[in-house]
Amino acid sequence: MTSGLWELVLKGIWTTVQLLVFSSLLAAAVAFVAGVARTHRLWIVRFLAGLYTEVFRGTSALVMIFWVFFVLPIAFGWQLVPMWAGTLALGLTYGAYGSEIVRGALKAVDPAQQEGGIALSFTPWQRMRLILLPQAVPEMIPPFSNLLIELLKGTALVSVMGMGDLAFSGNLVRLALQESTEIYTYLLLIYFAIAFLLTRVMRGLEKKLKAGVGKAPARGVSVKDELTRPQRTGVGGGGGAS
Amino acid sequence: MKWDWNAVDGFMPYFWDGLLVTLQALVLGSLISFALGLVWALLMRTPSRWVRWPVGVVTEFVRNTPLLVQLFFLFYVLPEWGLTLSALTTGVIGIGLHYSTYTMQVYRAGIEAVPAGQWEAATALNLPVARTWRVVILPQAIRRVVPALGNYVIAMLKDTPMLMVITVLEMLGQARLFSQQHFQFTEPLTVIGVAFILISYLASLLLRALERRLVH
Repeated sequence: MTSGLWELVLKGIWTTVQLLVFSSLLAAAVAFVAGVARTHRLWIVRFLAGLYTEVFRGTSALVMIFWVFFVLPIAFGWQLVPMWAGTLALGLTYGAYGSEIVRGALKAVDPAQQEGGIALSFTPWQRMRLILLPQAVPEMIPPFSNLLIELLKGTALVSVMGMGDLAFSGNLVRLALQESTEIYTYLLLIYFAIAFLLTRVMRGLEKKLKAGVGKAPARGVSVKDELTRPQRTGVGGGGGAS
Repeated sequence: MKWDWNAVDGFMPYFWDGLLVTLQALVLGSLISFALGLVWALLMRTPSRWVRWPVGVVTEFVRNTPLLVQLFFLFYVLPEWGLTLSALTTGVIGIGLHYSTYTMQVYRAGIEAVPAGQWEAATALNLPVARTWRVVILPQAIRRVVPALGNYVIAMLKDTPMLMVITVLEMLGQARLFSQQHFQFTEPLTVIGVAFILISYLASLLLRALERRLVH
């Protein structure tokens, strides 16, 4: 491969990384809002958050991307820059999966903690911020790590819309060189390297957060976690946990 | 926002064609992933690390790289190696292979969940290894993992639109073709979006019923 083509691939990596960062931030924000809203005491808030989760978990990420790129501009007159359209579609889809993780982790906190907060007359917001979240967040990291890998894999979908990410630049190089084996092997290796890096970072984060509440990361994956994983992360997600 | 029911009417015949292809890919892909996942899971339990190590690396690699790029790989590289398959076959193999690396984890968990006493009883009865697996361990393990496998079928359903990029005309492919020919994007894309939500919702209801029957 010539240096010009490598430059194209590097640009693709940069676009993929940008898209990954933006959409994971949006997904995390949406996941926390929707996940916390599903534990709200008003039924209408719970219902709306549940509706959002079901709709976005039920549909395919690629269909959502098509919808945001083609239907939003016509139906609502919102023409988004491709980067933001991709961020919106991926962030909302994976945020819906993430909200299940947030909800599950909040539910898994010992109820005595919640009751202790009530006994000390904390407000609901104080209970959430000072008691529930600090204990729930470290537990969310391993499933979030799996979801992040799924999101990384999902970013390749925007190449279908002609956005110049890693997969798209790979296709361009293939057209230029007519050499599929080499370029697609490189492409897969690059994605794998990014995924590997992400799992390392997330594992470090888990260690740090769990140390903050006096726990250590669990060794290996428990059988029960493995069997309920698709429910929790929607998309599979063996990720790097094993 | 304009909604044109005529466009929906016009799209429906193509929709059914696409649905058929989607379901075909889903069923075949599921079968491959169930079978191959079991093979990986069993290989990971062989005593020799010369088997376990390569299988572990390959499956980890397949699991952590995008299905989309894997599909491109299969679609463009296999013909270079002299193996020409139809687009649908390539797609089915791609999806099946990708998800087998997930189902393998499920099988592993199911096998580990079989109580140690079952193994010991099989040893005490002097059952050969193959028979222990076939009549003692696997029936119990698989019963436990059926709901988890079903969840992956739903996940697979949501990944079938990717087959569009290798020219398979499944639901999304049909919708894209129709919208490009008629310049109506809103209706076909919304129809298939709703179809996906409906199918995966129905499938999850079905699964929950199945789970109740099998587990309790």
